[in-house]
Amino acid sequence: MVEGTGERVLQGLSATDGMAIGQVVLQRAVNLSVRTAGAPSQERQALETALAAARCEIDALTAGADELAGEILEFQSALLEDEDLLGGIFDKIVEGQGAHDAWANVIDMEVAEYRSGDDEYFAARAEDLVDLKSRVLKHLCGADAGPAPRVAPDAILVAEELTPSRFLELDWSCLRGAAIRGSSPTSHVAILARARGIPLIVGLNSEFDDRIDGAPAVLDAKAGRLVVGPDAGTLSRARSKLRTMNADRLAAQGLIDRPAHLPNGEHVSVLINADDPAILESVAPEHCDGIGLTRTEFLFQDGHLPDEDAQFGIYRRLVEWAAGRPVTVRTLDAGGDKPILGVTPTGESNPFLGLRGLRLSLRSPEILSVQLRALARAAALGPLKVMVPMVTVPDEMAQVRTLLDAAVASLSEQGIAHAQPNLGMMIEVPAAALMADRFDADFYSIGSNDLIQYLTASARDNAAVAPLADPRNPAVLESIRRVVAAGRARDVEVSLCGDMASNPDLIPLLLDCGLRTLSVAPAQIGPVKLAIQRYRGPTQDHV
Amino acid sequence: MSEAVRETAAETTMETGSAVVRDPTGLHARPAVKLTKLAKSFDAMVEVRAQRGENWVNAKSPNAVMKLKVAHGETISIRASGVDAAAAIAALVGLIERDFDG
Repeated sequence: MVEGTGERVLQGLSATDGMAIGQVVLQRAVNLSVRTAGAPSQERQALETALAAARCEIDALTAGADELAGEILEFQSALLEDEDLLGGIFDKIVEGQGAHDAWANVIDMEVAEYRSGDDEYFAARAEDLVDLKSRVLKHLCGADAGPAPRVAPDAILVAEELTPSRFLELDWSCLRGAAIRGSSPTSHVAILARARGIPLIVGLNSEFDDRIDGAPAVLDAKAGRLVVGPDAGTLSRARSKLRTMNADRLAAQGLIDRPAHLPNGEHVSVLINADDPAILESVAPEHCDGIGLTRTEFLFQDGHLPDEDAQFGIYRRLVEWAAGRPVTVRTLDAGGDKPILGVTPTGESNPFLGLRGLRLSLRSPEILSVQLRALARAAALGPLKVMVPMVTVPDEMAQVRTLLDAAVASLSEQGIAHAQPNLGMMIEVPAAALMADRFDADFYSIGSNDLIQYLTASARDNAAVAPLADPRNPAVLESIRRVVAAGRARDVEVSLCGDMASNPDLIPLLLDCGLRTLSVAPAQIGPVKLAIQRYRGPTQDHV
Repeated sequence: MSEAVRETAAETTMETGSAVVRDPTGLHARPAVKLTKLAKSFDAMVEVRAQRGENWVNAKSPNAVMKLKVAHGETISIRASGVDAAAAIAALVGLIERDFDG
């Protein structure tokens, strides 16, 4: 409470980016009416009716649901038909418990079981049970979920809880965003909101009461802050920020089909990462300068790569899509966070420091050789480049080059059309970043995700050390500068294909380091080009 | 990877089989639901067990199958008894081996 203004700041955690200015629509906690249990036969009937009603609602939501929403809804729907689960509840009813108690008690026990242990996936699935529990109780106890949010075009939903299925029920064309007391940034609701670009704050930890209902408010989701009853200054700053965000979005959109230039006219290449070639169907080749990273782990099926002809067909389509633009294909990068059954070793005490990437490929060169032959054949059709992951010492590059030369020689002997592709390396291991100029590589591509993780000794999927895995760490930037210097000294290209390149806030830092080739997530082409256009040179303090 | 072994118990015939889960995230919700739906299409009593666990659970219960927490690379054992037990085993092994048609 700021004295004299009436402005109230409710603080929570940022679940998504974005900002909204509107009016609070308070969704009060559902007050379940007190229910008196009847005879077991009546209770059984009551529960069956409630289960059927819940099932009906969930199935109606399933139509048109995307991947995650579909998984959440299907699982809930399946639980409503789970005879083992329901059998236990009906048994309790026979023993004399009321339908609502029997349902709630059994589901609560299941929730506790899902949450036990340290498995985040199962803990997240507990949300589904909680979601289902409240939906069925709502039907059993005759309470509706409170008034449906008023259909105001600028509503900001404020609620105690927002379950995934409730989120999917709401009409987000009438809601600008939401702030809720429960949930966490890794919850299903947060993931659903991110996928839909809805500003969302979770874990609100400030007190609020009914009087905020209908009050004007500013939702700054990125900052995790909801300002209720904003004063004139807050409101005008929010309007200006929102205008800037919208203008930036339009500006970025307008730059998508144009080459990226620094203010001094220098060109910066913006390529895309193709995690799966299927994504190319939704990207126009004119919007980028080529493909900076094609992963090939997706090719693995049934424990082996497709044969040479099948692989050639896939690589040929990439080259054809790019229509003369460079296409970089990374050889199989199994291991670490990408285990492949039958290929990666099991039982390693630390897979991230074990047999992964090129280390694994050199152990079974027959897989790599087939891939190299198929890539050399596709290189005859356009500028295709081969990149190897997780290189640590120069000898590994020498070994790959020998294998590539052998593949090319055998294609020549057999009279099969091919070309010698450029052979480059990922820079992910600090030893390679420090000594990049010692490696016989035709190009360097910095894999910033692993490089940051190895430089800071901080796992990227461990929330407790996530702040240490900081892309702005001076050691990370120094490593990038060293690789850029090595590239200049050897006159070979240096690019960066990790998540850093897709973050517009980090683009000035990468440009400061001298990088002029970036490979980004397709959705980030526009925002990255905008950040490049706005670069003001290294004198500015970007940090 | 599939095996179909016939064990003759006292009165009923128990069919068994096994398959390895290939999805990198293990047997998560979607495959678990697919598996239980397929199991339900058979009259036979069908049970599954995780490689690491000892308990056989009802293959028709999505909650029970999820709680097995079957990880990537783990083998699921399946057993079934009843008129269409052999068909049930073949169907479930096939589904797992096809990576749940995912």
